Amino acid sequence: MITDAQPIITTRFGYDDSHTLERFLATGGYEGLRAALRKPPQQVADEVKTASLLGRGGAGFPAGVKWGFPPANVWPRYLVVNGDESEPGTYKDRMLMERDPHQLIEGCLIACYAVGLSQAFLYVRGEMALAQERIAGALNEAYAAGYIGKNILGTDFSVDIVLHWGAGAYIVGEETGLIESLEGNRGMPRLKPPYFPAVLGLYNKPTIVNNVETLANLPFIARNGGDAFAKLGAETSKGMRMFAVSGHVNKPGVYEVEFGVTTFRDLIEAPIYCGGVRGGKKLKAFIPGGASAPWFYEEHLDLPLEKATVDKAGSMLGSGAIVVMDEDTDIVRACHRIVRFFAKESCGKCTPCREGTSWLEKILQRIIEGYGRPEDVDLLLDVCDNISPGINWPPRQTTICPLGPSAVSPIASAVGRFRHEFEAYIGAPVETTVQMNGLAYQAPEPASA
Amino acid sequence: MARFTADNEELAREIISRYPVLKSATIPLCHLAQEQDGHLAEDAMEHIAELLGLTAAEVLGTASFYEMFKREPVGKYVINVCTSIACFLNGGDELLEHAEEHLGTKAGGTTDDGLFTIEGYECIAACTEAPCLQVNYRYFHKISNDEFDRVIDDLRSGRRTDIPPHGTLALIRQHIEADRSAGVASPGGAEQPVWLRDTPALQDQSG
Ligand SMILES: Cc1cc2nc3c(=O)[nH]c(=O)nc-3n(C[C@H](O)[C@H](O)[C@H](O)COP(=O)(O)O)c2cc1C
Ligand code: SF4
Ligand code: FES
Repeated sequence: MITDAQPIITTRFGYDDSHTLERFLATGGYEGLRAALRKPPQQVADEVKTASLLGRGGAGFPAGVKWGFPPANVWPRYLVVNGDESEPGTYKDRMLMERDPHQLIEGCLIACYAVGLSQAFLYVRGEMALAQERIAGALNEAYAAGYIGKNILGTDFSVDIVLHWGAGAYIVGEETGLIESLEGNRGMPRLKPPYFPAVLGLYNKPTIVNNVETLANLPFIARNGGDAFAKLGAETSKGMRMFAVSGHVNKPGVYEVEFGVTTFRDLIEAPIYCGGVRGGKKLKAFIPGGASAPWFYEEHLDLPLEKATVDKAGSMLGSGAIVVMDEDTDIVRACHRIVRFFAKESCGKCTPCREGTSWLEKILQRIIEGYGRPEDVDLLLDVCDNISPGINWPPRQTTICPLGPSAVSPIASAVGRFRHEFEAYIGAPVETTVQMNGLAYQAPEPASA
Repeated sequence: MARFTADNEELAREIISRYPVLKSATIPLCHLAQEQDGHLAEDAMEHIAELLGLTAAEVLGTASFYEMFKREPVGKYVINVCTSIACFLNGGDELLEHAEEHLGTKAGGTTDDGLFTIEGYECIAACTEAPCLQVNYRYFHKISNDEFDRVIDDLRSGRRTDIPPHGTLALIRQHIEADRSAGVASPGGAEQPVWLRDTPALQDQSG
């Protein structure tokens, strides 16, 4: 369903000077911070709980709940902002950082005030030069104007926000890898437990890690209340959410739509969004939530962009990245392209991921080059089964972080639905003996909206 | 090349002062060294180690994990052509091929004049703007072959002053005035933040 709900976090994108303090203040900027500071911190945190704001970084964990995890009386607590956006298909955090850096800063300040976080680190992906410049500029402006630093707006609320650069590594997007990287180490994820950095994080102190888009929603919530936010969207997916739709559509773009209500078909086909598959072609498959997500097909188009529904249908909304493939897409190559990413980006800490992803890539490579063997498709599935036993969704994990099992998604999807394309490359019918659990291509539940 | 110049050492000390634990400044200082020299030189890593109380091996241990740190000199302009899934579907491979032909070097290589290095790159978060690339991490969206050639011409002839040489990440730096700083929160500190209590921080109810 296409609704007329108004955007929350992309409202300034239309202005050329949207990144400046002047424009920000002229359009309600830092009003959320003022509103927050007029309440006791706990009340601000409660508003965010009421809002049911789900994390926008991939896992979809409720921010208000996460904020309740730091153990009482352990200080200091830190904020780490995850601006590492690098999952193929994902494009929204960079936009928010480049075009509305003050909104993100305001979100950081509200989080710090509410949860008692004594210092914030804004970790921006290394490859994003403009985002770094815009954030540095905005921080400098905001410090000078008294919004950050010592005695913010004349109160006893004081916090520094430090801009930190990444240096090129997808895996530091995983929150414990991010923390390792911020500590000056190789960005390898930490063994769990402890499960939550909110309990034991940066320098082994309680640390809230939140995604850029998650934090960008806080000024609205602080200004208008958690209820106003929770009025938007569906029961389990509140508010508005940004989705990047790329690939074979007429108008690829990043759209902020009502969460949980808008359907994949709306986004892909409606003239105000993507305007349909390019060249009037038929849809072959689409990735609903970033490269790690199992693929969806024609029969999933009417599912709403709602967390629980998409989870149940065998995939995830992940990082809000929808990649559309038309009927002419070479599925084997598309699959290889995604697997290659995970093989490159595996940090190497766990054997199933390090070895598995690189073997998957090599096998796919040789199939594409015409040297595929009839048993190769079985072998792909067998390697997948070693990385993630049972090839289920949600995946079982033999690894420290979910990157390993992520490489299984494109293979389970591509082989499950388009096995004949692999056979065509190999030049012989493939006897597949491994029984796929294959939720990725199961018929969906009827759409609820 | 090269330890930090006096100016850069001062900048380095300013960066270090923002972190509660010295080692956290490793990546920012490696960027600063790369900005100075165009790549991350051995001497620079030693200097960083001295400033942070680490060994040079520890600095290298961290730096070698990250793709952006170049241990050998690269071209003045590093061109990253995205060939990840969304760009793959929309001409990313063809763009990379064209770039290789036009510059006469394969991905991973540098042109003989030392001006350009080409890399096939994974997703640079511009997926809806495919095909796309970065020059020294500055974006070029939906770029055609002709536009690519023009950008190269402009870079060759020095017309693109907005793109600094490889190594310089951001032309604007964060700077925190001492009298505005709330200070670092040392992990050894055990104080509850003063504002964390049951009364609002901002008392004025008007606005
Ligand atoms: C391999 C991997 C990569 C990730 N990359 C990112 C990322 O680039 N940005 C992000 O915000 N979260 C990323 N995440 C999710 C983070 O671990 C974490 O859940 C998130 O930053 C928490 O913020 P949120 O609760 O506000 O979503 C990644 C997770 C995994 C396993
Ligand atoms: S699953 Fe892969 S990326 Fe994650 S910790 Fe293990 S080796 Fe590293
Ligand atoms: S796939 Fe090329 S920018 Fe994301």
